[in-house]
Amino acid sequence: MAHDAVAPAAGGTSEMVRSATSESRLARYGLIALSLAFVGLFLVLPLAIVFTEALRKGPGAFFEAIADPETWAAIRLTLLVAAIAVPLNLVFGIAAAWAIAKFEFKGKAFLTTLIDLPFSVSPVISGLVFVLLFGSHSLLGPWLGSHGIKVLFAVPGIVLATVFVTFPFVARELIPLMQEQGTSDEEAALSLGASGWQTFWYVTLPNIKWGLLYGVLLCNARAMGEFGAVSVVSGHIRGMTNTMPLQVEILYNEYNFIGAFAVATLLALLALVTLVIKSLLEFKFSAQIAAARKH
Amino acid sequence: MEVRVQDIRKDFGRFPALDKVSLDIRSGELIALLGPSGSGKTTLLRLIAGLESPTDGTIFFGDDDASKKTVQQRNIGFVFQHYALFRHMTVIDNVAFGLKVRPSSRRPAAADIRKRAEDLIELVQLGGLEKRYPAQLSGGQRQRVALARAMAVEPNVLLLDEPFGALDAQVRKELRRWLREIHDRTGHTTVFVTHDQDEALELADRVVVMSKGRIEQVGTPDEIYDTPNSPFVFGFIGQSNTLPVRVENGQLWLEDRSIGLSAPGEPEGPAELYFRPHDIDLLDGCGGCLAGVVTLSRRVAGTRHVELDIAGSTRRIEIELPSDVAATPGTRIAFRPNRWRLFRS
Ligand SMILES: Nc1ncnc2c1ncn2[C@@H]1O[C@H](COP(=O)(O)OP(=O)(O)OP(=O)(O)O)[C@@H](O)[C@H]1O
Ligand SMILES: [Mg+2]
Repeated sequence: MAHDAVAPAAGGTSEMVRSATSESRLARYGLIALSLAFVGLFLVLPLAIVFTEALRKGPGAFFEAIADPETWAAIRLTLLVAAIAVPLNLVFGIAAAWAIAKFEFKGKAFLTTLIDLPFSVSPVISGLVFVLLFGSHSLLGPWLGSHGIKVLFAVPGIVLATVFVTFPFVARELIPLMQEQGTSDEEAALSLGASGWQTFWYVTLPNIKWGLLYGVLLCNARAMGEFGAVSVVSGHIRGMTNTMPLQVEILYNEYNFIGAFAVATLLALLALVTLVIKSLLEFKFSAQIAAARKH
Repeated sequence: MEVRVQDIRKDFGRFPALDKVSLDIRSGELIALLGPSGSGKTTLLRLIAGLESPTDGTIFFGDDDASKKTVQQRNIGFVFQHYALFRHMTVIDNVAFGLKVRPSSRRPAAADIRKRAEDLIELVQLGGLEKRYPAQLSGGQRQRVALARAMAVEPNVLLLDEPFGALDAQVRKELRRWLREIHDRTGHTTVFVTHDQDEALELADRVVVMSKGRIEQVGTPDEIYDTPNSPFVFGFIGQSNTLPVRVENGQLWLEDRSIGLSAPGEPEGPAELYFRPHDIDLLDGCGGCLAGVVTLSRRVAGTRHVELDIAGSTRRIEIELPSDVAATPGTRIAFRPNRWRLFRS
């Protein structure tokens, strides 16, 4: 039983476990138990608590909490932000990965580092950058204000912050993949008379589609779940600029536990769905993914 | 189609990968670019293809200046060293790709494309494997798909970069013969890169020997082998021996001994003597000869390869003798090259 449960988590098939080298049984079961305990304590238990808390007063209260207009607005806003940020980063990510993997130019190393920036700075700082850029005392703020464009404490600011924070996911997934694949497939297509666009569509895209899908899944999960950066630029206007994570915090601070955990449940479900899709893809297309990665 | 390369120069940064290279490729010929690693073979091929643009110089396809044309407009067929097959497409889709991506005005009907791809697959002897993916083929089969794909667009010129480089010796030999047959049947002007001289000499109508970004010699395999025009070509193609000699009164001298070779018209002074191991005559007596003591003797198939320490030189010389000549280590052997060349540094 434990054997079955742990084998996939160890990153391979049961062969890995069976091909066990020289460790004694004791050490092996000890390690398995330890990882299980860790996963249980830090992942399963919190998740279980979130779900039980949300359903403490029954499904009726749960759905009522979600149907609350402000909560509903937060859900819609989160979906909207993700619907804008993910496609943008899909395009940015492909463009950046393409430039880095397939061309030689000055400042390439710098660009590579820059792409990682959103991962290496605290999300709160990322948010603050936008406040400094668009705030009322900034350079751009007054000009935008006089033209009636509101960025900060409004949807555009939230989208910008989300785009910034989730930028690396697609690019980082694609860069090593594209570097490994090199340029000869594209050159072959061009030499056969394909246009740049045809080459991208028929050759490059199919070669990177699995990596791209991973990147988009992760990007989407983060876009919907981002708290820090969005919290700084949102202004927490109820029913207007609260995303789901912010709504969870507000409800929780108001001791509305059912509401807070109900929204949290949705976020947790998103994470689970992401994981399930990812595993399904890996399971179903493992051969093709491996083929696309080798070479 | 005839391809003329004129005074091409290609710099990578400050490094000149090709310098003043000119080459006329005749229509319908099978020509080999041969040279050591880094000599610029791939670069020249990519320049002809339009995958790289020259720093200086012009390339003509027939009478058209191709230098200004993109790779798509040149209509070439390029076979990459590692095939570069589209891994998510079946064999037939790979072969048909070049026709499918044509603008609708020039694209054949779907049925014609299919027919043409099938014919080509038949030509490269892969009938029955149309539905396979590249990952399900052997190296030699992939190579043939790559060739069929390149030929599908009826290219002006077919360019192959080390087409057999990644295959084992046995398959190489088969494919070599087979490529020659295909070429004779289809008549495509073909340029292929190799650093295997056997491949170049056996397969090509003409061989281009390259070194350090320059063309050393262009000629038929026989010309290249029999009359190399530079020390590099002499040393690079086949086996060769060199000895430091002196020209005096129209005679060749090794230290204070006459070799028995006359070089009328050669200027006096030091020179390098080049000759091939099999281009020698054994002598009984030595009235002007090269004489040496056998240090190593091994039988290779029908001939005996003998290494000699030559009196008057510290260099080792290798000669080939009939296998029935007894040449045990320690034996003294006198001989004289019957074909040779002098080069001066
Ligand atoms: N993209 C590039 N950037 C910089 N230098 C390059 C580039 N491509 C080739 N070179 C250099 O140009 C020279 C010629 O390279 P090329 O690839 O044409 O050699 P080759 O004759 O094909 O060698 P090989 O037999 O190893 O394939 C080499 O010294 C190589 O380092
Ligand atoms: Mg090369």
